[in-house]
Order: sequence, then C-alpha cells, then structure tokens
Amino acid sequence: MHVAVTHGCRREVNSAPLQSRSRTVQRGTAGCALLLLALAGCQRSAAAASTDPTGEWPMVGKDYQNRRFSELDQIATANVSKLKVAWTFSTGIPKGHEGAPLIVGDMMYLVTPFPNRAYAFDLRNPGGPPKWSYEPQPSAAAQGVACCDVVNRGPAFWQGKLYFNTLDGQTVAVDTATGKEAWRTRLAEINQGESMTMAPLVVKGKVLVGNSGGEFGVRGWLAALNAASGKLLWRAYSTGSDADCLIGPDFHPFYAHDRGRDLGIHTWPPDHWRQGGGTVWGFVSYDPTLDLIYYGTANPGVWNPEMRPGDNKWTAGIFARRPEDGRAVWFYQWSAHDLYDHDGINENVLVDLPMGGRTRAVLGHADRNGYFYLLDRATGEVVSAKPFATVNSSHGVDGKTGRLIPAEEKKPRQGRVVRNVCPAAPGAKDWQPMAFSPQTGWFYIPHNNLCEDIEGVDASYIAGTPYIGVNVRYHAGPGGNRGAFTAWDPVAGKAVWTVSETFPAWSGALATAGGLVFYGDMEGWFKALDARTGVLLWKFQTGSGVIGQPISYRGPDGKQYVAVFSGVGGWAGSVVSGDLDTRDATASNGWGDVMKDLKGRTSKGGTLYVFALP
Amino acid sequence: MKMPVAAVALLAASALGSGCKHESRDLRPTEAVSKAGGGVVLSTLFAGGVPGAIAGTLQANQENAYAMNEGKRLFDAYNCSGCHAHGGGGIGPALMDAKWIYGSAPQNVYATIVEGRPNGMPSFRGKLPDFQVAQLVAYVRSMSGLAGGLWAPGRNDSMQVKPGENTVTMQSPVRAEGAPPP
Repeated sequence: MHVAVTHGCRREVNSAPLQSRSRTVQRGTAGCALLLLALAGCQRSAAAASTDPTGEWPMVGKDYQNRRFSELDQIATANVSKLKVAWTFSTGIPKGHEGAPLIVGDMMYLVTPFPNRAYAFDLRNPGGPPKWSYEPQPSAAAQGVACCDVVNRGPAFWQGKLYFNTLDGQTVAVDTATGKEAWRTRLAEINQGESMTMAPLVVKGKVLVGNSGGEFGVRGWLAALNAASGKLLWRAYSTGSDADCLIGPDFHPFYAHDRGRDLGIHTWPPDHWRQGGGTVWGFVSYDPTLDLIYYGTANPGVWNPEMRPGDNKWTAGIFARRPEDGRAVWFYQWSAHDLYDHDGINENVLVDLPMGGRTRAVLGHADRNGYFYLLDRATGEVVSAKPFATVNSSHGVDGKTGRLIPAEEKKPRQGRVVRNVCPAAPGAKDWQPMAFSPQTGWFYIPHNNLCEDIEGVDASYIAGTPYIGVNVRYHAGPGGNRGAFTAWDPVAGKAVWTVSETFPAWSGALATAGGLVFYGDMEGWFKALDARTGVLLWKFQTGSGVIGQPISYRGPDGKQYVAVFSGVGGWAGSVVSGDLDTRDATASNGWGDVMKDLKGRTSKGGTLYVFALP
Repeated sequence: MKMPVAAVALLAASALGSGCKHESRDLRPTEAVSKAGGGVVLSTLFAGGVPGAIAGTLQANQENAYAMNEGKRLFDAYNCSGCHAHGGGGIGPALMDAKWIYGSAPQNVYATIVEGRPNGMPSFRGKLPDFQVAQLVAYVRSMSGLAGGLWAPGRNDSMQVKPGENTVTMQSPVRAEGAPPP
C-alpha cells in the first residue's frame, strides 16, 4: 500500500526518468536510505511528495510545489566557507540571465536569454564541452516587444524532451538524447506585442505555457500543449468572455464579487478587455492531490488606471484550474483594478502549515503589492495577508471581502504627480522566486525596497508598441537600501530576519538541507547565508550581476553542486544590459535614476557558475 | 555710439527674418509631405527627376522650434517614449546619448522610423505622414543636443524627469557597439 502510494507520488511529481546507469551503482546503500526518506515524504503529505532524493533538479522550481528546496546536505553551514568554483560556461550573451539549469540523470540543460540557445552538458565530464546545442533562431524583431530585457526563465523536462519558449512566441521541444528539434508551435504574435519568457511546466503530459507583453496591451493567456506532438489542447484567456476564460459550472471563487457572468468583459470599459493584459509570465505550480494548477495573471492593460475603471478581471490575480481541460475552479484577485503595474504573477509555493491546531493546505505568495498571502489551496480563501515590505499605497486586505484597501491619496491621477508611493511598480517583490525550507518552516524572499513618483498621462493603443500611460520614477524606500533578503515565518506572519541589499535582490533563492540559503546580488556576489540566522557564511564575485535562479544537485561523482547564472539585466538591470542613459529618471519605465550607480558596480556578460566543495 | 538708421534696420530685419523662420509653424503641410512616409533617398542622383519635398523638410526642421516641439508631443503620442523613455531608453536604446547604431543624420533617423530596424525597431511605414516623421526626426536629434539650444524644447508639460533638451550639450555622434560598418 505504502509502496503503491509512493510510486504514484513519484510518477506524478518527478516524471524525469533516471537516465544514469553508472549512478545507480554508485549510489548503493545511500540511495536506499534516500529512497526510504522519499517514502516517508510521500506518506507524510501528498503535497510534499516531490521530495526528490536523487539530487536532480528536474524543473525550475525543483518540484511541483515550487519550493526550491534541495534535500542535499553535503554543503552545510560548517563547510560552506570552503565552496569553490568547479566549472563555468560562458553563454556569450550580454543580456539578463534569469534562467535556471535543469538536472536530469547525468545531464544538465540550459536555455539562454534571446536568442534562446539550448545546451546539454554531460555531468560525468564536468567542464567539458556541451554534448549538444540547439538554436531555435527566433526573430530578432521580437526584442522590440520584450518589455524588460530579453530574458528567459528556463526550460522544462519531461520524458526525454526539453521544452522552452522563444522570445518571439514559440514553444519548442528538443529531443534530449540527440539535441534535435522534436516540434515547435507558434503561440504568440509579436505584431500584437506578445512575447514569451516564462518557464513551462509539464503536468500529465501537457506543456503549460503563457505569454508576456503586459506593457503592450496584449491579452494574457495560459495554454496547454500535447507534450508529444506540440498540438494546442486548450488556451485560457485572462480577459474576455467566460468561454474564452474557460470559466464554466465548475468555477466557484471564494468571494462573491468574483461570481457572475462574463466578468472578464463587464469589469472593463467597453471593449477594453481586448487590450486588457493579464499575461502569464510567472511560474506555474501543481497540486497532484487536488489536481489543480495555480498561476498568477499580470497587470491590466494600460498602466494608467483612470483609463480602465472597473475591477479589470481577471488580471492581477490567481487562477486554480484543472490541468486536463483548463477549466477554472477558483480565482482570487490580489489587486482588483490594479493601480501600479502590480502583476499578480509571483510564484505560488504549495505548503502544508500548522495553523490553528490543524494542518492547512495553503499556498504562499509574496505579491508585488507588498503583502505575503496564504491562500487555501482548495478554495482560494485568504488565510492571511501581512505586509512583508514598506506599504503606503494600501491599508491592508479586508478580511471579509478579501479585497485590497487602496489609500486614496496614493492613487495615480491624470496630469498630477503623486509622490512617494510604496511599493513602486516593480513591487515589493518582482519575479524573483522565493524558496521554502521545510527544516525551518520559513520562506526566503529576495525582494525590493522601492517607492515611486507617478503621473498619469495619455496613452494611445498602437498594436505592437507599448501601452503604458504613466510617467514613473523610482527611488529607494525607507532605509535607503533598494533591496532586501527576508526570512519569513508564514504562520506568525512576520519576518524572522532581514538582510539589507544595496540593489534590488533580483535573483531567485535556493534553500538546502545543509541549513543554507543561497542568492545573488546585482553587483555579482553570489552568497550563502545561514538559514536560521541570516549570517553571511560565504560569497563569491561572479563577474556580473546575479539575477538567475540558483539550484543544487548531486553530480554523477556523488558530490553536491550549486549552480547559478551570472549575467546582469532584466528589468532592474537593463540600465547596464541596455546601456541606458541614467540622466532620464524614467529610463526603462522608472529605473533610470534609482539604478544609476549600478553601471559603475558591474558589467554585462552571461556565465553559468557551478560550485562544489574541494 | 551712433549707427546709421539703415544699418540698424538691416540688422533688425535680418534678426527678425531668421527668428521668424525658427519659430515658423507650417500649419498646412503640402500634399507632398502629407503622404504616409514612403522612404528617403540617400543618393543625389534621381532616376526620373528630383523627388518630393521630404529631404528639404528634414533639413528645414533642424532649425525650427515648432517642428521640434511637435516632435516632442508626437514622441509620446506615437508611443516612442514607451520604448525609449524620455531619451534614456529601455526596450529600445537611449536617444539622449552620443551613440547612434544606425546613423545620426536626419535621413538616417527618418529611415529608422519609416523602415524600422532589424533588432526590434518597428517600421512605421504607411502609418505617419511624412511631415510628422520629419518633426520626430528633428526632436530625436535634439535629445542629444544635435539641434542646438536655440530651437530645442526647454521643459516638459509633465513630470520633469531629465534635463531640458535645450540644456543638453551636444554629444558628438559615435558609432555604437554592434553598429553595422559605415
């Protein structure tokens, strides 16, 4: 019985087949012990089922829950100070590297920013040349509709194929044995302002992908493709009719104001939903027990909120859907009628927490609007919402209605400059994914400390060009530091410790069983902290700002490795990667002045770094 | 000091003359420049005779405050600022610096707007009338001081986010990294 449960659990959660023959031999008894651990993990909770003893990193978030927690503990608080570079690989691309490598069997797979090259490395030959590389050759014109540098947030792996998105709107499948293209499907249209940057997630043989382009007045969607053929199975829009949004009789949102017919049309001025945004460029999570996928929708189209009165559904919120056919089960809106470009796409990390004397199946979400939410995974009820950064643009979340309570005096106005609005457009936390450690029970959040001055101006909708309608300039929030790294106790709803960062902490976080958390800063330092105390134990200068997603794996030699992309860029780093002129405070939609010193602190260039103990 | 009346009148007339021209407003653009931008000729040899008026308009706008101010207004209206911000750049390159990937001459900037460029600059061919493209060209050049402070706009109607175009010291154009060979 237990074995059967575990088996199902493994099959569901980590479909990556074990490719290594040599490693199975090497693992020996240690492997058996780890397998037992996995058994225990599966029994404990189906949601924690992806406890992966093999040392692989089969999806960008490590598991379907998006925890970014490695069970490996060779590298630990006691020895991390000896961590050294094992090998490196230059991508030759001077743009922002927000991706994560995947580890399946003895192989590592990478996808670069535009032009989205894929590489495979045989880890039995560390530092050796790529086993293969693949060039999808996306259209160069796509760079003109990439709002925030030409990033790519990583690939997905499933049954011998690597899946990733190209900036110009295609999903590509590559045979991992040969490096040859298996299929490609065009989903997005750059002439409508669409691009694709997110990391796909494969659930039950379906490749889940979404579009980018919230700054171009596009219509957001999440699509499912047949992993074997690339055929489009379903597409769920974030605006428009219930039929387009795959909302039907199974849709039971927790809050009354989310119920009604065609709210994706009626919560907008006439026809504005066609340019309504709600793109899907963040990470997707999956709960195999409830059989629900979770993902956030981005900001509503045209930033200027006075041009789109209404709740602007289904933007700046979260959908729970069935992977089978995409039908919506519930929705919750983090920011109804978003005022500040506060995309709701930040990752949802699925955890079971002891709350009020029982274990609750919740998801943790640190939103751009500055609140750390716990939502009931089955119903979408807000269990708690506590500010994790400086917030003056709202007065909290209404416990009854679940609605954010905006601060009147901080609402953007046409033709008037509203000053010192916190958090700024990039939010208290942007895309940079947090980690969860089951050892401490805490979340580790890389985030921003930014406020802004904002002014509404006219915007014209011209397909394929930006649709923004505000002037914004950011500045450092209280304290003068522009970023922070926070350990967050979700049950208590408060920070345990916070480390100040000079610049926004724009990299992902990694937690390990060695009692460590890893992240990088925009000056190029890659750091290891004690997960309990936040004390800095080790750091290494990688040469360019770190905005990638760190991972950890066990190599074929049985050693634990930590890997991360270095390569400054992204929205926050475009001052460097795009050679911007910082005399203009609005450069890159608000970053010009606040990041002007970054140019002197780091330079461009993408490199993968792999670290190990000597 | 005495000056002959005729000389004073002549000086005044010449100052007035050039001043008027710098501020002159072409409120009824000719048919030739009201057509959607169709391209710019880079040669001085014309098969079938000398073509339309755009080359002259491009040149005249380089010393015309009205054209530059109109260009500044259009720069927002046509969403140029969505990518290039207020000159600092973002999705597209900065325009207030000295770097010119595809050339700084008025006809180069005109070609960039109308034809587009391969790394993401959209083509506005057929979308804007030529005289508006020419106004945008004048304004874009003023952002890095190529127009001179006499004609460049001074301030924004909205939030002041950068020094006024008329205070920018002229940035001698240099070829940007990755620019095609001249």
